[in-house]
Amino acid sequence: MNQILIKKVLAEGVKELVISVPQIAKARKAGQFVIVRANDHGERIPLTIADADAKAGTITLIFQEVGKSTLLLGSFKEGEFILDVVGPLGKPTHVEKFGTVVCIGGGIGVAPMHPIACAMKESGNHVIAIIGARSKDLLIMEDRLRNASHELHISTDDGTYGTHGFVTDILQSIIDRGQKIDLCVAIGPVPMMNASCRLTAKYNLMTVVSLNPIMVDGTGMCGACRVTVGGKTRFVCVDGPEFDGHQVDFTELVKRQRGYLPQERASKEQFLHEGPRCYEQSH
Amino acid sequence: MPREKIPRQPMPEQDPQIRRRNFAEVPFGYSPEIAQLEAQRCLFCKKPKCVQGCPVGIDIPGFIKLIKEGDFAGSARKLKEANALPAVCGRVCPQEEQCEIVCVVGIKDKPVAIGRLERFAADYERNNNLVTVPDLPPPTGKKAAVVGCGPAGLTVAGELAKLGHKVTIFEALHQPGGVLMYGIPEFRLPKAIVEAEVDYVKKLGVEIIYNAVIGRYMTVDEVLESYDVVFLGNGAGLPYFMNIPGENLNGVYSANEYLTRSNLMRAYKFPEYDTPIAVSKKVAVLGGGNVAMDSARTAMRLGAEEVSIVYRRSRKEMPARVEEVHHAEEEGIQLQLLTNPIEIQGDDQGWVRSMKCIRMELGEPDASGRQRPVPVAGSEFEIEVDTVVVSIGNGANPLVSQTTPGLETNKWGNIIADVKTAATSKPGVYAGGDIVIGAATVILAMGAGKIAAAAMHRYMMDIPEPVEAPQAEPEKS
Ligand SMILES: Cc1cc2nc3c(=O)[nH]c(=O)nc-3n(C[C@H](O)[C@H](O)[C@H](O)COP(=O)(O)OP(=O)(O)OC[C@H]3O[C@@H](n4cnc5c(N)ncnc54)[C@H](O)[C@@H]3O)c2cc1C
Ligand code: SF4
Ligand code: FES
Repeated sequence: MNQILIKKVLAEGVKELVISVPQIAKARKAGQFVIVRANDHGERIPLTIADADAKAGTITLIFQEVGKSTLLLGSFKEGEFILDVVGPLGKPTHVEKFGTVVCIGGGIGVAPMHPIACAMKESGNHVIAIIGARSKDLLIMEDRLRNASHELHISTDDGTYGTHGFVTDILQSIIDRGQKIDLCVAIGPVPMMNASCRLTAKYNLMTVVSLNPIMVDGTGMCGACRVTVGGKTRFVCVDGPEFDGHQVDFTELVKRQRGYLPQERASKEQFLHEGPRCYEQSH
Repeated sequence: MPREKIPRQPMPEQDPQIRRRNFAEVPFGYSPEIAQLEAQRCLFCKKPKCVQGCPVGIDIPGFIKLIKEGDFAGSARKLKEANALPAVCGRVCPQEEQCEIVCVVGIKDKPVAIGRLERFAADYERNNNLVTVPDLPPPTGKKAAVVGCGPAGLTVAGELAKLGHKVTIFEALHQPGGVLMYGIPEFRLPKAIVEAEVDYVKKLGVEIIYNAVIGRYMTVDEVLESYDVVFLGNGAGLPYFMNIPGENLNGVYSANEYLTRSNLMRAYKFPEYDTPIAVSKKVAVLGGGNVAMDSARTAMRLGAEEVSIVYRRSRKEMPARVEEVHHAEEEGIQLQLLTNPIEIQGDDQGWVRSMKCIRMELGEPDASGRQRPVPVAGSEFEIEVDTVVVSIGNGANPLVSQTTPGLETNKWGNIIADVKTAATSKPGVYAGGDIVIGAATVILAMGAGKIAAAAMHRYMMDIPEPVEAPQAEPEKS
């Protein structure tokens, strides 16, 4: 269990791991995530399941190396084991035949968007996917999203590929062309989700977002993952991760995501300086 | 000739000024000599009152007698006949309201130190590698699943394994022990001891599957496809918040999160361990129970300059053990009594900076019989804080019950289970511990586990339920 079967580099600092976790691969549904702990001294970090193969017993995790824990995970090689993989966690995406669904993925958010687009397409929706990145080199999963949608649009902030601009610019043009939209799903960095929601709110388009706060247990036991939705405190790990984007307090979410910035920086420095240490890899 | 009176033997402990900054265990335990001295205080009553006070009915004079005779390992084995986790219970049970309160020596003198002796025997056995596993009966071929590896689940698992059943525990976290591992701090219950006691249960043949969140990883119905019977011991893991403004500021924690980071994730050893925790100067812990004491004492050990417990009633109403309050005060933790927080205030970066409180006074008694605290009009004041730990209790985590059709819960979300059999409304499914009775104690969870194991054994083996005994057992207090 928990063995890394395939490892790929999708873009600078963006890694893909296919890991063997048969029961999770069988039980998981679109929108769910896992919590992983690399080794005995590691912290527990949530990662959305980007793809799964129940027959092969594998799930795919895609992550950007931002801090110590993701750098450490990114340093693992094929054949090695991740100490703990917990899941599937969170509520699955509500999937039904809505009509036309626009799936917007920004940066690393394209990965969690992928299974949702697949599920929406499978349920008979017309899926329009919009994916974006800062630059061409950072764009991930283009082919997979092409397969998962009927129509794929791409934007880059610097204009090196696709439309020059943001995913919201493309969304605006799709709205402007008079496209009937029944549901939007927006996943990515908080500013991108926030901007998408502000835009869709103007046109009264129901918009689902998937939130990524700091977590510890992932079972509703600690409350680390709390966010304010519609004025009420909710636990993302059990009540989410998906919520009505027009109700989410994004400002609070961003502040809470920065709750350990000084410690995270120190941890990362130390890791870059000393490299991974050897710790217990079994229970 | 009258026997010279032996006083109750104190247990040496770390100096408060030193221990407030380290995570090592506070008391050092008895030496063999002192334990034997204390054991001599027992009268070995024919009808021992203490046993009636023990929720799992340990043969208390029996194990004390073996200590008196110097057979310490034998004493530990005697304890384990009734209690699989004596080193834990000797440390965390509220003996002062269970066995010791009814001890007859306590009528004229201080009661026999039953808890300290229990701890001594269990520690002696473990530290001298004398732990033996009892002979197990031939396998019955039956399979039992246990959800949750806390004291309730571990007890069920141990009891069923001793009866020859194959037992698998499904645990949501990456380590065993439940609250013993993630909640109760190292300085009160060293994690190596929990690990050793869990090892004993594993040696009985019990398998533990970690990272298995039942309700998500598998449902109870899916578990029932491969097991004859299921026990739900998933605990009371749902933290309550105050629902006051500012509770989602950075620096505000539930006690569960604060303690889990420090204990389970070893954040007190950051950056050697990767999980961080707030570096605090002024900490306020809201609540007056044992969990609040543990949080406050943890904050002190993490290096805070000032730690206070903010509680809305008076000292008399504090639900924490007197001993724990005493330990906390010795370590320099301040009590802000008759004080209720009404708002937490932060800076523009979202960090806690202060807390607005109001003074309370005690009014008429409420449903719990305690005087109801009422706010004193116009008495609002502010205190400077950078960390707030909300420790006002836990409710039932709904993850299992929501995903198990046919499982009845009460209005607070606790699973309904029969007091005598631990059976739930769903055939083949039993439940006990905090998930049934609400946040309570280790020993009550273990007591429920014993009852459940007996009933689960009868269920699997098709043994009829015993008929009511003609004479009722004496009331237990
Ligand atoms: C900080 C603190 C201090 C305490 N101090 C004392 C004390 O000094 N003395 C005392 O007697 N009592 C004390 N208690 C109370 C005592 O710890 C509990 O009453 C006792 O642990 C309850 O046991 P349990 O087995 O019912 O549940 P728990 O110990 O809560 O164990 C439940 C287990 O189930 C797991 N679980 C939950 N959901 C799932 C799921 N869906 N699938 C799989 N596994 C799941 C959890 O991860 C956990 O490991 C304290 C509690 C706390 C929080
Ligand atoms: S009641 Fe006290 S004196 Fe009597 S057996 Fe129990 S511990 Fe000993
Ligand atoms: S991560 Fe602990 S409650 Fe959500």
